[in-house]
Amino acid sequence: MTEPHHMPLIEPGHTHATVTDKIAAIVLERGVSKGWILGFFVAFSLFNVLALSVAYLVYKGLGIWGINNPVGWGFAIVNFVWWVGIGHAGTLISAILLLLRQEWRTSINRFAEAMTLFAVSCAGIFPLIHVGRPWVAYWLLPYPNTMSMWPQFRSPLLWDVFAVSTYATVSALFWYVGLIPDLATLRDRAKNRLVQIVYGVMALGWTGSAKHWFRYETAYLLLAGLATPLVISVHSVVSFDFAVSVIPGWHTTVFPPYFVAGAIFSGFAMVLTLTIPIRKIYGLEDFITMRHLDNMAKVMLATGLIVGYGYLMEAFMAWYSGSPYEQFMIWNRLTGPYAVPYAGLLLCNIVIPQVLWSGRVRRNIPLLFVISIIVNIGMWLERFIIVVTSLHRDYLPSSWGMYYPTIWDWATFAGSIGLFLTLLFLFIRVLPMISIFEMRLLVPANRKENAP
Amino acid sequence: MSRRLHGLLAEFDTAEQLLAAAEKVRAAGYRQIDAHSPFPVHGLAEAVGFQRTILPALVLLGGLMGAAVGFGMQYYISVIDYPLNIGGRPLNSWPQFIPVTFELAVLFAAGTAVLGMLALNGLPKPYNPLFNVERFALASHDRFFLAIEATDPQFDPVKTRRLLESLQPHGVYEVED
Repeated sequence: MTEPHHMPLIEPGHTHATVTDKIAAIVLERGVSKGWILGFFVAFSLFNVLALSVAYLVYKGLGIWGINNPVGWGFAIVNFVWWVGIGHAGTLISAILLLLRQEWRTSINRFAEAMTLFAVSCAGIFPLIHVGRPWVAYWLLPYPNTMSMWPQFRSPLLWDVFAVSTYATVSALFWYVGLIPDLATLRDRAKNRLVQIVYGVMALGWTGSAKHWFRYETAYLLLAGLATPLVISVHSVVSFDFAVSVIPGWHTTVFPPYFVAGAIFSGFAMVLTLTIPIRKIYGLEDFITMRHLDNMAKVMLATGLIVGYGYLMEAFMAWYSGSPYEQFMIWNRLTGPYAVPYAGLLLCNIVIPQVLWSGRVRRNIPLLFVISIIVNIGMWLERFIIVVTSLHRDYLPSSWGMYYPTIWDWATFAGSIGLFLTLLFLFIRVLPMISIFEMRLLVPANRKENAP
Repeated sequence: MSRRLHGLLAEFDTAEQLLAAAEKVRAAGYRQIDAHSPFPVHGLAEAVGFQRTILPALVLLGGLMGAAVGFGMQYYISVIDYPLNIGGRPLNSWPQFIPVTFELAVLFAAGTAVLGMLALNGLPKPYNPLFNVERFALASHDRFFLAIEATDPQFDPVKTRRLLESLQPHGVYEVED
C-alpha cells in the first residue's frame, strides 16, 4: 500500500489542457442532470422552509421560539456559532495553507471558500432575526441618526457586527479574486454568446498578462496574509460574546483558542461531508485524491484533540477556581437535564474521532463520510451545551428554567441548511468548483520532481 | 472599417519557450512587450521588464487608514459625542476598541489589495485588441503568447515579425485594433 504522503495530488497523465477541459466541462458542457435538479429541488424546498419560518417570526415575534428567561439565547445563537465555525475551514484552507505552501490545498480551496461564503450567509441571518425586530437591525451600525444615539463599542456583541461583516466581505473578495482567471477561461471556452458575455463581464478583461499575474499574485498573497489573522479574530470575537460575560461556564480565558480549534474541526468535517459525494458524482477523483481526504482527516483529528483539551480545561478550571457556581455548572452539565446532549457531544467530538489515528480508517471513504457527519452533529451539540446549560441554571435557583426548542426553532435551523445547499448547488452549476489555473501549476509539466 | 495594426502576437507551446523568447525580444531592445500565460510563470514578469509593484505599500496604507478610521470613530463616539459610563470604565477604554480597530484595518487593507490590483492592472478592460486574434482564447487554456505593440519605437511590421519567427513560435499573428 502506498503511504499517503507519496500519493499524488493529481493523478498521472494530466496536462494543462486536460485539467482545464475536465473542470470547465462540468460547468459548460455537462448540462443540467436529473440528479442536480432533484438535489436543487430538495435544497430549495428547505430554503423555503427558512423563508416561511422567518416570515412567521416577523409576523408573530420571538415568542414562536423556545427562548425564555433565563434562556434568552436559544437555537439562533447555537446556529450562528455553528455556521460561522463551519466557514472557518474554508479560510484556513485558502489562506493559511497557502502561506504554509501546502500544495494539496489547491484542488479543494475554491470549493472550501465557497462553503465559507455560504456558511457565513447562513450565520449572518441568525443574529439579525434574533434581535427581535429585524427591520431595525441596521441600528447595530454606527451612523448619524435623528435619535442622536451611537452603538456601545465596549460590547463584544458589537465587535461581532464588525468581525462578521468584515469576514463576509473579505471572504467574498478573496473568492472572487481567485475566480478571475478561471472566469476568463470560461469566457474563452463558452460557445453560447450570452454565456460568453456573462463570464466576460465577470472576468473583467483578464488576459493572463505577465504583469497582471505579478500584481495578482502579490494581491492574492496579501489577501491570504490578511485573512489569516482575520479568521482567528472572528471566532475569538464570537467567543468573547460568551467569555466577556460573567456567566458560569462562559467566563473563561480558554474560549478563544478553543472556539477557533472547534471552528476548524467542524469546518473540515463539513468540507469532507461535501467533497466526498461531489468528487464521486462529478468524477473528480483525479484531482481530489486519497491524499486530500487523508490530510483533511488528520487536520480533523488534530483540531478535535485541541477541542478535547478545551473540554478538559473547562472542567479543570471549574474545580481549580474554587467557585461553587463554576463547579455546579460542570456538575449540572454532567448530570443535569442536558446530560444526554453533553454525553453525545463527548462521544461525537472526542471518542469517535479517535479512530482517525488509524490510516485504514482515514482511507475508508464511506467511514470517513460517516465520521464527518458525526463531527458536524457533535459540534452543533457543543454550541447547544455552551449556550443552554450555562444560561438555564446560573446563580439564583429562583431564576432557573428549561429551554425546549419549538417546531419553529427546528424549521429555521433546517431552513438554513436549505439556504446553504441551495447556494452550493448553484455554485457547482455555474462556477468552476476547482481552481483551474492553480491546478495547471500542479500538472507534471510544471513539477520536475513528479516527472517520470 | 479601418484596420490599424496594434502589434504582433507570437504563440508558443511551453512556458519555457515563452520565457526564453521574452528575454530575447527584450534583449533586442523592445520595451512595449507583454507575455500572456494560462498560469503565473515564475520570472516572466521580470523577463518583460517588470520589476516591482507598489501594491504592498498601498495595502499597508489602506490598513493604517482603516485602523485610524476605526479607532477614531470609536474615540469620537465613545469619548466626545456620546459618553456613557459602562461599569465605571474610563471613557477612552482603548483595549475594548481594539477588536473593531483591527477588523476595519483588515477590511480597508483587503479592499485596497483588490481594488489596487485591479486599478494598477487597468481592469476591468472589456475591450482588448488581443481578443481579435482567435487563437488568443487559448491563452487561458494551455498556450503561451508574446505580444509586441506597434507603439514600440523599435517596431517594424517586417523586422519584428522576422524576429518573432526566429524564436520558433507555433505561429505569429497580426493584432488589429
